[in-house]
Amino acid sequence: MPICADDVEWVEEPSMNFWESTFLPAIFGGLQITGSHVVDGKTVTHQYPEEKPVLPLHYRGVHRLNKDEAGRVKCVACMMCATACPAHCISIVATEAPKDDPLWNGRDKFPLSFELDELKCIYCGMCEEACPCDAIELTHIYDLVGTTRAELVFDKNKLLSVYDETKDCGLDPVRTKRGALSGCSEFATLPTLGPATSVKADDRAAKAPSPGVIHD
Amino acid sequence: MNEWLQNPLIMTGVAIGVALGGILTTCAYLILLERKLSAWMQDRLGPNRVGPLGLLQPLADGAKLMLKEDIIPGHVNKFLFVLGPAISVFTTMLAFAVVPFGPVSHEKGQFPFVIAPGVDLGIVFIFAVTSLAVYSIILGGWASNNKYSALGSLRASAQVVSYEIPLGMSVVGLALLHSSMSLEKILTQQAEMGFLGWNIWYQPVACLIFFTAALAESNRLPFDLTECEQELVGGFHTEYSAMKWAMFFLGEYTHVITISFLTSVLFFGGWHFPFIAEAASAYPGAWVVKVAVLLFKVSCMIVLIQMLRWTIPRFRFDQLMSLAWKGLIPMATANVLIVMCVLEFNLPRIWLFPLSVALFVAVGLIGTQASLPAGGATVRRKKVTAPVVAAAHH
Repeated sequence: MPICADDVEWVEEPSMNFWESTFLPAIFGGLQITGSHVVDGKTVTHQYPEEKPVLPLHYRGVHRLNKDEAGRVKCVACMMCATACPAHCISIVATEAPKDDPLWNGRDKFPLSFELDELKCIYCGMCEEACPCDAIELTHIYDLVGTTRAELVFDKNKLLSVYDETKDCGLDPVRTKRGALSGCSEFATLPTLGPATSVKADDRAAKAPSPGVIHD
Repeated sequence: MNEWLQNPLIMTGVAIGVALGGILTTCAYLILLERKLSAWMQDRLGPNRVGPLGLLQPLADGAKLMLKEDIIPGHVNKFLFVLGPAISVFTTMLAFAVVPFGPVSHEKGQFPFVIAPGVDLGIVFIFAVTSLAVYSIILGGWASNNKYSALGSLRASAQVVSYEIPLGMSVVGLALLHSSMSLEKILTQQAEMGFLGWNIWYQPVACLIFFTAALAESNRLPFDLTECEQELVGGFHTEYSAMKWAMFFLGEYTHVITISFLTSVLFFGGWHFPFIAEAASAYPGAWVVKVAVLLFKVSCMIVLIQMLRWTIPRFRFDQLMSLAWKGLIPMATANVLIVMCVLEFNLPRIWLFPLSVALFVAVGLIGTQASLPAGGATVRRKKVTAPVVAAAHH
């Protein structure tokens, strides 16, 4: 369909007046702005190694494996995190808890090995969401460095030591609810889902017999 | 005493040493100043890791550039590739030979404050030598055997050739006024006439043209179309690295220093300043004050150039050309004409100031009138009233 000539709006570049055409006001105006920034001495930058950033409580950094009251690894080796992980960076070898050992009283399974590749991880926090017993959590540690790839594949002991390191620092409160399952498992308390965008009454989507199907 | 000091070679050697050392150190610190200034403008701190306040950064930069691997790509013309940066540094340094950097003395055994004293063709020499610097860009860009480098150097040649004209024309007026092309004589005559003898009062428009054209000659922002990163990767120095790249940079900064000296000497009275550094002041240590005054003026110029660099966006190429050919060249020609008229009819020199202002106003008015659309203002500025018919889905 050709565009009607009446619908076309012609936008002309505004003509310059005398001072504008000499360019000098624009140049000196610009110099005034940049000069004022030079002399005000303010900075917006963080002086990083000396000045650490203030992180939000939900910051997602290096993982840790929580311990329970008895000091045992809280993980029950259910593989939920490894399944949820979009980067496939968690590998768990589960084993049965010894029945006669009083240390493992009340536990069926525990991870024999728990390896998490911090380099493969995309720090999405899905493992933390998936974990039914609040065993894996992401901490505020953001400055993770290593000289080899192997040393950044964290094993169970390393992940447990991250817990010891961060549990009392105040930035990473242990979100455990003493044996209760984590929030995502509490279907009863979850709010009912509403549509992401409001649908108006005259919208085609609202009139459709079944939502999401477009009819002619 | 000190018979050997009478030998002209000794003092020239000392002057060369002082000037060269001064320029190289200043270049290194100008880069730091530029980085600091740009950082402050952008509300950052700038380099602050090496030494107190980052003051040793130039040393670190220099060491890095020296130790970096010097790559000569396999597809380049080696001889010309190496020649390019060498010409860049050589020509800009050579231009400094006739620039006075203090109260010039022609007496034997005294520090001359200029490497080659008594060159009567001073200005012409500088223009001749500095415009050779475009060879470095063209050779560098062409020898790189790279389309972007070649495009950059072609732009440079067009730009430098265009801006050479207003640059030369703007100082013709000064040469006529002072009956000399020697920088030393122009400086001395200004100093003898006092504060009101500074050429800025007689040639303000020429000063503006000279400064703009000189900035364009040095290929710095807002005139750095030869190396504009968005279009040309790095322009003519895309293929250069390490010390060869640094030499291009050194050439550019030396050029900045030279044009700052030239602007101060030609238009702002050189080392002259009322009361403290007059032509007649002969108190002990007067030369120190004079050098300090000149260096202060030069530093102001350099800071202005660097501020401009971080303030004004780059020109479009056609704007660049139209500024030179439609703006600066006619203005410079008219300015020369005005000077000739004033001298011919023996008018008082102060007439030059109102005449220059009138010239500036006239050029501005012509520019305003010329930019109006031809045939009156029948510009359509219509609001869209009819609803836009949306295309049907099926």
